[in-house]
Amino acid sequence: MRISPDAIVFFQWGPVSLNATIVFTWCVMALMVLGSWLVTRRLSVETRLSRWQNLLEVLVTGIRDEIREISGQDSWRYLPFVGTLFLFIAVSNLLSIVPGYEPPTGSLSTTAALAACVFVAVPLYGISQKGFSYFAQYVRPSVFMLPFNIMGELSRTLALAVRLFGNVMSGTMIVAILLAITPLIFPIVMQALGLLTGLIQAYIFAILAMVYIAAATRAQRQEKPANQQVKKGAWTNG
Amino acid sequence: MDNIGLIGTISIIASGLTIAIGSIGPALGEARALAQALSSIAQQPDEANTITRTLFVGLAMVESTAIYCFVVAIILIFANPFWEHVVSKAGG
Repeated sequence: MRISPDAIVFFQWGPVSLNATIVFTWCVMALMVLGSWLVTRRLSVETRLSRWQNLLEVLVTGIRDEIREISGQDSWRYLPFVGTLFLFIAVSNLLSIVPGYEPPTGSLSTTAALAACVFVAVPLYGISQKGFSYFAQYVRPSVFMLPFNIMGELSRTLALAVRLFGNVMSGTMIVAILLAITPLIFPIVMQALGLLTGLIQAYIFAILAMVYIAAATRAQRQEKPANQQVKKGAWTNG
Repeated sequence: MDNIGLIGTISIIASGLTIAIGSIGPALGEARALAQALSSIAQQPDEANTITRTLFVGLAMVESTAIYCFVVAIILIFANPFWEHVVSKAGG
C-alpha cells in the first residue's frame, strides 16, 4: 500500500520524474486560475450579479472578516497570502470526491512546501511591519531564550506540515482499508467525514498561519494603546 | 527467530503500541477542552464565534501529538527503514 501520491509516477525522464502530486497540484492550480479568470472576466457593480461572482465575493469577504478579527489589523496585507493558502488546501482536499483524484496535500512534499511558505512569510511580514526590531522578540524574556524561540519556530513549521499531511493521508488510507473490509456503504460515510476533515484542516492551516503572522507583527502595536489604557485605569479594574 | 522475523514482529508491536498509547493523552485533553468550550458557550452564547475558533485552533494543536504518533506508526508499518535495510541486505 502506498502512503503518498508521490509513489505514482506518470513519466520519467532521467532524474526528472512527473508524479501524481505534481500533476494534481497543477490540476488544482489550473482549475482555480481558470475559474477565477472566467468569473472575474465580467464583473458587475449593480444589484444583479452572476452567481459565481456572488460565490467569490462571499469567499473573499468571509476570509477578510476572519483575518480582521484574528489579527486586529487591516486585512489587505494578509489577504492574498492567507486566502491563497486556505483556498488551495480547501480545493485540493474537497476535490477528493472526484474518482481517480489523489489529494496533493496527502503528500509530505506539498505540505512541507506550504509550511515553508509560512515559515518564510512570518519574518517577512514582521520585518516589513516593525523593521529590524522584529528580531528583538527572539530574545524577549531574556537572551537565554534565544535557542528555544528558534526551536519553537522550527517545530511549529514541522507541526504545520505533519498535521495537514497526517490528516489527509489518514483519511485516504482509512477509506482504502475500509474498501478492502466492508466495501458496500461504509467507505462513503468515511469519505464524507474526510471532506469535513479536509475543510477543517484547511481552515486550521490558514488560521494558524494568520495567528503566527499576527504574533510576529502585533507586539509593538499593542504596547501603545496598552500604556494609554493603564494611565486611564481601565486595565487596573481587571 | 531470524533477523527479518524479529524486525517485523517488533515493528508491528511497536506501531500498535505507538498509536494506542499515543492517542490516550490527546483524547483526554481534547475531551476536556471540548467540555470547557461547551460550558463557556452555554454561559456566554454571544462569544460563541470566538470560542469556537479558539477551540478549533487549540484542538488542532492538541491533536498534532496524536498525528505524530499516527505518522510514526504508519512509517513503521508501510515504510520501515530497518526492514528495508535488512531485506536489501538479505536480497543481495
